[in-house]
Amino acid sequence: MDSTTEYAIQTKDLNLWYGDFQALFDVDIEVKQGKITSLIGPSGCGKSTFLRSVNRITERLGYVRTEGKIEVMGHNVLDPEVELTQLRRAAGMVFQRPNPLPLSIRDNVLFAYRLKNGGKGSRADEDQVLEKALSEVLLWDQVKDRLGLRATRLSLEEQQKLCIARLLPVKPSVLLMDEPCSALDPEATRAVEELIWRLRGDYSILIVTHNMAQARRASDECIFMLMGKVVEHSKTVEMFVTPKHQETADYLEGRFG
Amino acid sequence: MSEVDVRGFRAESLDHRNQRNQRLFQLMFGLMTVVLIVPVVIIISLLVVRGGPALSWEFFTAYPAANMTAGGIFPALVGTLWLVAVALAVSLPLGVAAAIYLSEYAPDNLLTRLINLAIINLAGVPSIVHALFGLGAFVLFFEFGTSILAASLTLAIMTLPVVIVSTRETLQAVPQSFRVACWSLGATRWQTIRKVVLPNSLSGILTGIILEVSRTVGETAPIMFTGAVFFLPFLPQGVMDQTMAMSLHLYNVATQVTGVPESLPYGVALSLIGMVILLNSVSIAFRIHLRRIKKW
Repeated sequence: MDSTTEYAIQTKDLNLWYGDFQALFDVDIEVKQGKITSLIGPSGCGKSTFLRSVNRITERLGYVRTEGKIEVMGHNVLDPEVELTQLRRAAGMVFQRPNPLPLSIRDNVLFAYRLKNGGKGSRADEDQVLEKALSEVLLWDQVKDRLGLRATRLSLEEQQKLCIARLLPVKPSVLLMDEPCSALDPEATRAVEELIWRLRGDYSILIVTHNMAQARRASDECIFMLMGKVVEHSKTVEMFVTPKHQETADYLEGRFG
Repeated sequence: MSEVDVRGFRAESLDHRNQRNQRLFQLMFGLMTVVLIVPVVIIISLLVVRGGPALSWEFFTAYPAANMTAGGIFPALVGTLWLVAVALAVSLPLGVAAAIYLSEYAPDNLLTRLINLAIINLAGVPSIVHALFGLGAFVLFFEFGTSILAASLTLAIMTLPVVIVSTRETLQAVPQSFRVACWSLGATRWQTIRKVVLPNSLSGILTGIILEVSRTVGETAPIMFTGAVFFLPFLPQGVMDQTMAMSLHLYNVATQVTGVPESLPYGVALSLIGMVILLNSVSIAFRIHLRRIKKW
């Protein structure tokens, strides 16, 4: 299959049910490589569900049924032969509440890396990976002297940056972010947004957000969802200036949601 | 002028009544708690006063003598340690494994619910029934004879629900967000359990051990028919031997033998409680240590 496709994520006729409740209806979404795409819409519109179906973390619930096609870097991830652990490393996920593991900073950053390599590597190799990942998220200078500290004792901003950093050593192609700033104060939000903007280009990023201002200033493209359907997908500047649908305009102007 | 200005936040009759009730209930709950600890205090002080004089170095290191009316408890002490150790060696891996399955793997379906129901029921089975089951299954059917193995297996089955339930609860107390984080980093369920869930559950598992040890040490009925005996002039050499045990020894000197000095059964009872406290203090100390390093 062709992995040099233009799209990092591409879905076709994606339908998803939680038990009897249908959460996604014929969702066709394309996320361009190297760009930041934000997913907006009112609570319960299916944007988080969509995000979670990309790395198939939805399946832990057991009663979820997915139909259609989800391609990540040109490979259908719903294929029964797909190895979930591989998929999840290729499509890294950042959660709403920073969720570092109750381990040291060092062990957090190297967690996925060690899983991928089947164990600990040499000290020199790990040190290098550690520094690179933490530098990429602008955290290295702040934590380099306390790498043995429990990650759960960092500030929320630092925790969230760490949660991004721990994805990087396994070289993901896609970063899925579920309201990554909603648990942070304005100052930390700005810092994490800047970081996400820095990662643009090297990674294809899909962000779910409730924050219109954030979608507007920190994304290339914008997808508006409503009731499990995609209403509009356009360049961010266009959507905020000249929305094509009345519902989009209403939502953006705060008339509902 | 508003009402507040006039009255200046002074208590009204309704406030007085609420205050009175509040004091009344606080007093009542306090009294109930005191009532609860009274029996414990009485039991322990009675044992110390009456049994204390019987304790001596010799009491712990000597064999019973003069048809159980004199001497010490050494073989019973050693026998109980055997029983506890073998029972733990069986029930701990079994119970923890079952708890891990139920908490981390089992889908929420009819079978799982039946298993849970069975565990609860197992906890409710009277110990004499376990004793007869042990006699039928381990002593006779598997032909272990009356032995430490048969007695410990009986004790293990009896205490399994305790281990399973306390372990399962502690596993479920580990925040779900850790598991999701792990899975999203490409960890399998087992890797998640081994690296994150279990290390953060050790203190709860230790609680299960504490409960199990307390119960195992004290049980009499299940070991009477399966491995514990009235008197042995030597120590057990292996799991296929019979043994004396503290709980059965207490039962015997208290009810089955005549001419026992009064302090002897009290001394045995005091030693039994002391033994439980001693065994448990090891896990309690370890648990305190774990709590100190665990932070999230």
